[in-house]
Amino acid sequence: MNKPKSSSFMAWVDARFPATKLWNEHLAEYYAPRNFNFWYFFGSLALLVLVNQILTGIFLTMYYKPDAEMAFASVEFIMRDVPYGDLIRYLHSTGASAFFVVVYLHMFRGLIYGSYKQPRELIWIFGMLIYVALMAEAFMGYLLPWGQMSYWGAQVIISLFGAIPFGIGEALSTWIRGDFVVSDATLNRFFAFHVIALPIILLALVVAHIMALHEVGSNNPDGVEIKKHKDANGIPLDGIPFHPYYTVKDIWGVAVFLIIFLFIVFFIPEFWNWFLEKDNFIPADPLKTPEHIVPLWYFTPFYAILRAVPSKFGGVVAMGAAIVVLFLLPWLDRSPVKSIRYRGLLFKSAVFVFVVSFIALGWLGTQPATSVLTNFARVFSILYFLFFLLMPFYTRMDRTKPVPERVTSK
Amino acid sequence: MKRIALTLVLALAPAWALAAGGGACGAIPCQDADVDLNNLASLQRGAKYYVNYCLACHSLQYMSYGRLSRDLQLSDDDVLGNLHFVTADGKKKLADYMTNSMTVEQGEEFFGVLPPDLSLASRNRGDDWVYTYLKSFYVDNTKRFGINNLVFKDVGMPHVLASLDGLKVPQYEQTGEGDDSHQQFVGFEEVAEGAMTDAEYDQVVRDLVTFLSYVGEPGKLEHRRLGVWVMLFLFVFAAIAYMLKKEYWKDVH
Repeated sequence: MNKPKSSSFMAWVDARFPATKLWNEHLAEYYAPRNFNFWYFFGSLALLVLVNQILTGIFLTMYYKPDAEMAFASVEFIMRDVPYGDLIRYLHSTGASAFFVVVYLHMFRGLIYGSYKQPRELIWIFGMLIYVALMAEAFMGYLLPWGQMSYWGAQVIISLFGAIPFGIGEALSTWIRGDFVVSDATLNRFFAFHVIALPIILLALVVAHIMALHEVGSNNPDGVEIKKHKDANGIPLDGIPFHPYYTVKDIWGVAVFLIIFLFIVFFIPEFWNWFLEKDNFIPADPLKTPEHIVPLWYFTPFYAILRAVPSKFGGVVAMGAAIVVLFLLPWLDRSPVKSIRYRGLLFKSAVFVFVVSFIALGWLGTQPATSVLTNFARVFSILYFLFFLLMPFYTRMDRTKPVPERVTSK
Repeated sequence: MKRIALTLVLALAPAWALAAGGGACGAIPCQDADVDLNNLASLQRGAKYYVNYCLACHSLQYMSYGRLSRDLQLSDDDVLGNLHFVTADGKKKLADYMTNSMTVEQGEEFFGVLPPDLSLASRNRGDDWVYTYLKSFYVDNTKRFGINNLVFKDVGMPHVLASLDGLKVPQYEQTGEGDDSHQQFVGFEEVAEGAMTDAEYDQVVRDLVTFLSYVGEPGKLEHRRLGVWVMLFLFVFAAIAYMLKKEYWKDVH
């Protein structure tokens, strides 16, 4: 009964806007490999967390006051006197950490299955840009509660720019802060970036990331191109329509994710000082430097690299290089195969060393820089860079296994 | 791939354990505050002790009397009559926050520094720290008020609860030999009796810490109640989502 009516309605819309076309191209007739595994949940989960951040962020903005005199109190007002304000705030603060958890796992998936390799280099580049924008978004957002860690974390990170020589550094950091120290001016501009500029950039990059993905098609745990074998209708033999197969699968992934995520939100929002730091429950005091200034966990690997280099400027360069080198991954990897399943011991060992180094650096970045720990940070920083710099060599030398023509079932 | 996931978890485990470990409270180990936010009587007593002994110097500027009366199940009259003492204009409202009249200048004159607001003390220091701190005042005649604290060295405040607790001096024992030897704190000796036994005083401190723990995060109990329902819903949702996925994927080989 309804069908002709709705289809005539859709015909009316489709004549004016490509609604059905978009739906088909990106969901109903987007053919994804049928062998996605656990690691393929994190793309859609990243999208879910992004939506969560935007929605909770909008509600927080209704009560938050970007003013050095009022910011801390306005957050406590949200926590106590706004109905469900505390939950919305925890959804946002936990969401920030969840975003990085999901994104790191998503990037790791790309690494082990060679998803950045030809012809998906631009997907990786857009993804890296998202990651960098996300870091800026998180860094600026963390200043807003105007607690001690907010304040001193921003102070330390912005002053890093001061290490740039030829008189540029000091001028640059003053320009970023809008003042000689982190102050009300800094808070206001970070607020503007956090709620307007960076979210727009992030959304645009996410669109570009997905458009590029849907142009070339998804990689898969076997790293074989499903478009090589098509049926008479031009549909990949190993492909299944994203909708309904992966939409229902992702709903199951979302359910599991939400169990973990909301358990943290409702029961352990501080996550033992990892998601909300104790020192941030003290209002910012420009005259009192905390004993240990520690960035949040998702920045600590880079913070450890920064501190591992004896000169300040060298540290800043190393930290920047640690991120830049990730962009180059598609061109550093010279292996003829994509997936770790068909690579040899060299690549597998390198990935293992890289993962251990990254996690070790992450932990070291949270610790006071004693001489012993700094030496450890140096070793792991070198290993971190060697993973990338030696990649052209060990990926070429590696003994790969034959790659199957079609995807393999679990 | 399962192996990689497992390796990740194992590699993270030490960091987790370190982050979760309890710390020291100043010069001595922390004692367990054993806070039970469900203990309404303890919360109410804690509120009473707080306004009687602490509020004149330590404000709770983010805590409103209205929310206090609702959460602690006290009548408005009880709150306005017995807990709310101070307003500038003499008009007491439930919408007022738990502030006091001490100015920065007065605080500096009396104590050298304005006594800090304690709205978030429990979240910043932790319940165990506050509990141990309130039990660790001792006589030290080199200090302005003749009082020092083992948890917070050279603290600027007097022992406000001394009339209940009494006055104490710490006892040390020599441990180790040679270079390794050091003074180990073994307990307090009471030099002036307080009005309460040790057990009674511990309970007063526990009530205060329970109250401060509540003030640090008034929504915590509500989250736990609500969270249980959210979890139950999600388990059902996940089960249905899983079955739906299984059903759809039957024809994929």
